[in-house]
Amino acid sequence: MSDFKMPALGADMEAGTLVEWLVRPGDRVKSGDVVAVVETQKGAIEVEIFQQGVVSNILVPVGQRVPVGTVLAQIDGARGAALPPSIEPAIAALKPAPQVLAEAPPRPIVAAPSSRPKITPAARRRATALSLDPTVIMKGTGVEGSIRLADVEIYASGAKLAQRPAKKGLDLSQMRQAIAAAMSRSKREIPHYYLTEMVDLHAASTWIERYNAEKSPVERILPAVLFLKAAALALREQPQLNGAYENGAFTPASDVHVGWAIALRGGGLIAPAIRDTDRKSLAELMAAMRDLVERARRGNLRSSELTSPTITVTSVGDRGAESVTGIIYPPQVAIVGFGRAVARPWVVDGRIESCPLVTVSLAADHRVTDGHIGGLYLAAIARLLQEPENL
Amino acid sequence: MTDAEIRALILELICEIAPEADPASARDPDDLREVFDLDSMDFANLIVAIHDRTKVAIPEADYNKLFTLGGATAYLRDALGQ
Repeated sequence: MSDFKMPALGADMEAGTLVEWLVRPGDRVKSGDVVAVVETQKGAIEVEIFQQGVVSNILVPVGQRVPVGTVLAQIDGARGAALPPSIEPAIAALKPAPQVLAEAPPRPIVAAPSSRPKITPAARRRATALSLDPTVIMKGTGVEGSIRLADVEIYASGAKLAQRPAKKGLDLSQMRQAIAAAMSRSKREIPHYYLTEMVDLHAASTWIERYNAEKSPVERILPAVLFLKAAALALREQPQLNGAYENGAFTPASDVHVGWAIALRGGGLIAPAIRDTDRKSLAELMAAMRDLVERARRGNLRSSELTSPTITVTSVGDRGAESVTGIIYPPQVAIVGFGRAVARPWVVDGRIESCPLVTVSLAADHRVTDGHIGGLYLAAIARLLQEPENL
Repeated sequence: MTDAEIRALILELICEIAPEADPASARDPDDLREVFDLDSMDFANLIVAIHDRTKVAIPEADYNKLFTLGGATAYLRDALGQ
């Protein structure tokens, strides 16, 4: 018998709501099966199991919100690790930093907080006026999860964020809180350094034009695919940028799973992993990106996709800003940003020519590397993009 | 297909990519990418969807002719030989 627990699906996740069970007691499961859907601040996530055996008990019913680590179900005759090895350290690293929690502990499972809830004076007065017990207002959106006047109003109006019936879909205010919590933690804990490099895209643009000219629309690739592959391959030369910093030490990752930043329609951001990015062909990467974008927007991402990235890459596309400098997603140690490709005067063989350029940035963790390594990494990306046929 | 049918088809395909889009909000001279907030992947997916529905494989070099609703309608009308 082994336990199947609520996983931590990001640097910011404290709890999740069980939205759907995809297995019943008696069902046989194996590692990698999607067994449940969990609603998080970043939308509905399909949770995989990394055990094998028979589901004996389901302990958490649909609709219940429980903290990370809560036993959701028991598996009989379980074999295999509770989680894939790549996820264990990530979760261990996610545990600290309780001060950024945007939420009070969920009430159904955890005993009422022993200390008084943090609440602003205005919020307390309003709650008293409404005969509300502040401790039942589960969602504080102020500093360190404190309850603000707006939270009381939201609660009073019946929109009890944490008690709302579970449904699939994305709550943008929750998404914003999740991003805020992760990025605040990053800025507080990670000493970032930043580098940028202008990269000549003449070779890459010419190559991609020729490549796409022979392909049907569905087989064509975007420049972002070249960026992604170059960023992944360059990590082989600078592996100190690929991995996790946790418990005071850096652990390099043995594989390259790039978290691909996806802007969600209407707002919000999520960066699920494209596994073995450095080993996939350009066509495979394009298909993977297309699939991730579609599933991110539908709310069909899988738990392992959120926990396995070893670095993040963001590319703003042809309507974004000219450059982007990212904030590292903990416990990762680097994020690479590609701005919008622009035509600019550029010196080639002593002459000024019009040339397509892209500004590539690196934000990296000074606890692990210095600007020297970062500079070599950006130079490697620039070099790889000059030989697109080898990507 | 008439121009009106082509126009309706384009807007229908955009709504599949951008479910929150209000098709009534686009006028012919508007840049579809701006009105419906389509990024590079969205636009590539629109080209794929047009190919699936009309069999017109729009070359990448012609993408800029489809940025506006009017341009896209005219382009498809010509490509469909009407």
